[in-house]
Amino acid sequence: MANTMLEVKELSTKYITRFREDVYAVDRVSLAVKEGRSLGIAGESGCGKSTLALSLMGYYFPPLHYTSGEIIINGKNISGMKPDDVRKSILGREIAYIPQAAMNALNPTRKIIHFIEDVIMEHEVYATKKDIYERAKKLFETLGLPAEVLQKYPVELSGGMKQRTVIAISVLLLPKVLIADEPSSALDVTSQKMVIKMLRHLMEAGMISSMIFITHELPLLYNVVDDIMVMYAGQIVETGASREMVFDPIHPYSKGLMGSIIVPEQGLRDVKLTAIPGVPPNLKKPPAGCRFAERCRFVRPECLVTNVSLRQAGDGRAYRCILPEAELREAYAREEHKK
Amino acid sequence: MTTLTQPLLSARGVTKVFGFGRQKNTAVDNVDLDLYEGEVISIVGESGSGKTTISKILLGLLTETSGEIYFQGAKRDIRSHAKKQEYWKNIQAIFQDPFSSYNIFNKIDSVLLDCINMRGGRSLPREKKVEMMSEACSFVNLKFEELTNKYPFELSGGQMQRLMIARIFLLKPKILLADEPTSMIDACSRATILDELMHLRREIGMTIIFITHDIGLAYYVSDKVYIMEKGKFVESGSADSVILHPKEPYTRRLLNDVPKIYEEWDLTTV
Amino acid sequence: MKHIIQQVFHSGKFVFGFSIFATILLIVIFYPLFVPDPPLTILGQGTFFPPGIYVSVYDSLSATSYTLNLDEAAAKRIASKLSQEDRQAVKEWLIAAGIPEAEIDPANTEQLLDQWFANYDSKKNVPGMTNAKRNYYIRLNNALKGLLSPDAATVSQTNPQTGEMEQIDTINQTDYVNVSEVANLRLLPLGTDNFGRDILTELIAATRVSLQIGFVAGIIATLIGLTLGLLAGYVGGVVDDAIMFVTNLFTVIPTFVLLILISFSIGQEQRGAFTIAVVIGLTSWVWTARAVRSQVISLRNRDHVNLSKLSGHSIVHIILSDILPYIASYVIMALILQISSGILAEAGLSILGLGPRTTEVPTLGLMINWAMIYQAHILGNWWAYMPVLVTIALITFSMNLMNTGMDQVFNPALRD
Repeated sequence: MANTMLEVKELSTKYITRFREDVYAVDRVSLAVKEGRSLGIAGESGCGKSTLALSLMGYYFPPLHYTSGEIIINGKNISGMKPDDVRKSILGREIAYIPQAAMNALNPTRKIIHFIEDVIMEHEVYATKKDIYERAKKLFETLGLPAEVLQKYPVELSGGMKQRTVIAISVLLLPKVLIADEPSSALDVTSQKMVIKMLRHLMEAGMISSMIFITHELPLLYNVVDDIMVMYAGQIVETGASREMVFDPIHPYSKGLMGSIIVPEQGLRDVKLTAIPGVPPNLKKPPAGCRFAERCRFVRPECLVTNVSLRQAGDGRAYRCILPEAELREAYAREEHKK
Repeated sequence: MTTLTQPLLSARGVTKVFGFGRQKNTAVDNVDLDLYEGEVISIVGESGSGKTTISKILLGLLTETSGEIYFQGAKRDIRSHAKKQEYWKNIQAIFQDPFSSYNIFNKIDSVLLDCINMRGGRSLPREKKVEMMSEACSFVNLKFEELTNKYPFELSGGQMQRLMIARIFLLKPKILLADEPTSMIDACSRATILDELMHLRREIGMTIIFITHDIGLAYYVSDKVYIMEKGKFVESGSADSVILHPKEPYTRRLLNDVPKIYEEWDLTTV
Repeated sequence: MKHIIQQVFHSGKFVFGFSIFATILLIVIFYPLFVPDPPLTILGQGTFFPPGIYVSVYDSLSATSYTLNLDEAAAKRIASKLSQEDRQAVKEWLIAAGIPEAEIDPANTEQLLDQWFANYDSKKNVPGMTNAKRNYYIRLNNALKGLLSPDAATVSQTNPQTGEMEQIDTINQTDYVNVSEVANLRLLPLGTDNFGRDILTELIAATRVSLQIGFVAGIIATLIGLTLGLLAGYVGGVVDDAIMFVTNLFTVIPTFVLLILISFSIGQEQRGAFTIAVVIGLTSWVWTARAVRSQVISLRNRDHVNLSKLSGHSIVHIILSDILPYIASYVIMALILQISSGILAEAGLSILGLGPRTTEVPTLGLMINWAMIYQAHILGNWWAYMPVLVTIALITFSMNLMNTGMDQVFNPALRD
């Protein structure tokens, strides 16, 4: 049985706005990523997927605040640690994070090699510049990046190249877990494919043990990760293996989400895209019952008041609905038949 | 769908050059396009391909450097403000970002009233105007009573974009230019927007030009697809022929690089 | 709109700046209602009377006198007469007379005098003492004895018939008058200036005039800058090029030099406060124009402007309703800075003697100018310039605070 690289238990975090209002962005999220596995987090904008990524590092700065729960990275519980200790001993070594606009975070006045020197010297005081250069060159070659990039300034690189460089820098210290938050959504499709290829390569070569990949683009997620977790309004609504999640979702929200996938493939024009009416709830005042209740077509009176918990559906599958799996599937089949 | 009648809107050799000297940048390069009544076409291109520039030229928001644009068979003349106003009764647009499409200082009512005024309804009684606005809102499943006296930024992105469609419903233009209307919208609301656009098209017999970077979306909605690269149309034709049987290497590469779910996505080709 | 104003007042910086500014404004408005004197009336004969209450000596004589026996009275009287140098001289003598230095406290008047009278001997020969110094000690001793004498002072008047001096009154050391019974007294909280004018009244009038100059200059500069910036930014093309050409010309010439040259060429006689304000306004619009232009350029291509065009609106309508509201907060912030820099520019000009002509109204700059010409800063007459400096600093400080406070509200990048 493979080791669990990252385990999160009942993690809750919130934002405090400048009007002193609480926004409950991540609500009692539990997840576990095993060695050699990758987990994808999907959901609409504002569902808390980016906040979850930030929270996973245990490195909180206002307006984000920790509320409760535990984060265990490679056996180390980091939820009680001081931010400075987290930065020194966890970030980069155990867990690395690539934010949404990572490629714009490079200081334009410095060469790529300088960023690499910074990262390594922060952790290995006695490293020489020559050694660092050799190491960086080797790493870049393994990842299919030309070594000349090291001597260039960020502005001399294209967007896709910059993004791949940032990823290379963030895996310098061979972290166990890599969290990538929309690493390719600002890129054109070709660069996006290169980034994806690189991430897959990192996993296959064992340079990182596990990966968490966050995106709203479902076809992309399907092609990158082993497991998919769908979030809605700060909670997990369904989780399971990629293929089952995309082609055989259980939760009505996942069903709708997967039904809205557009790919340029034969048969798409005959598909009727699913629409979910309404908007997600305001996370300043989350609803008492099921958070999806007011947009759900199977809603029942008790949905509005009962706090629904995740139900196991075998094989690592879990979904958050009061209806049993069989009943939901039956309803989907009826709808299919009506068409 | 293509008929032998004259095109509604056509472009001949349209070129747009920005800057001069060393900073010269040809955004649109000698482009030809024919749009027939009732068609839905898509212009697909990556960022920097010039698709937004050609859309602004077609809209009359930018002036072409050279080339001609014909509207209903006659050369388009939009040199005076009055002629522009006349042209804009026939062609309207929905933009990509609903959050920046509205003047945040104007209420929703004024957005819709502008449209009624433009269609010559300035002197209508107040009740009639409210009735028209309510009709437009209910067309896109919004309630005018809930929107009146509100500001656009109080709505969600999807609702704002639907209000844009309500605006088009009131204006009833011959051509609608939809510039990435769903790219800032969540997947679940995307279908709603597309459904409502298509419903509107059937309702008022509108011709639609989609501008998009999403080749899947183009395939889903349009009859005809134009693939644009570096200011030129590299391939065009019916959606099925272009997407399922691409001829040009650029189109093939584009299709190849988009993630698939039914077929295997080949990662070795980059 | 209401919401925006509420937000602005949530900013601590803005509220602090606003309360300072409002206080200054209220004082400027209400003070003249209570003290209606013309600000430039000359009260004092002589320059730079220090701050304090001025009581008429003549009226004190005719006021009812009361006898009060106060213990400390004599000591206080001597203490106020005995200067610091005298005390030091006494100390020197006492040390020469053999008193240990630790026992001498020059600040303790009573003890010092006791020691003095116990040890002073005019005949004693101190080695190394000059004759002049010896005479000084004799004079000092006599003066101290005189101060200690309990004699009354005599008030005499010439009899108009006989031409002789006649004693009409004596004033005992224990005589007091009640200040409220003295017919004439004048409070000069900040003293008088070189012309003998009440500085407080003058300062408040000057603040008002300076604020007016600042407002007129700021509004003129902002209006010109706004108009040119809007035109250049929105219309673009040749109009933009032409306007930017002029703006760049003005940017290259140092504004203050331009201001000096214009002020000088207008001439002393023609320079009123309003003229100076107009001149400042006409020379300081440059950066508002540039800033507004760049804001408008970034707005011009926004979709809501495109949509407004597609709705058939005219250029004027688009500028007024789709561009102007978006930059309004920015323009108000620029206006505040323009006002405060207008006040500073006037002060700068006036210090150089190129301010408004001097006979009608005071301005903050003119007050510094006068104090400088009469060397108040060298003579140590702080009241002639310090309050003016503090006022200028407070006005510009409060306006800058309001500006940064508003910036925090309007500029999302600075929000915390």
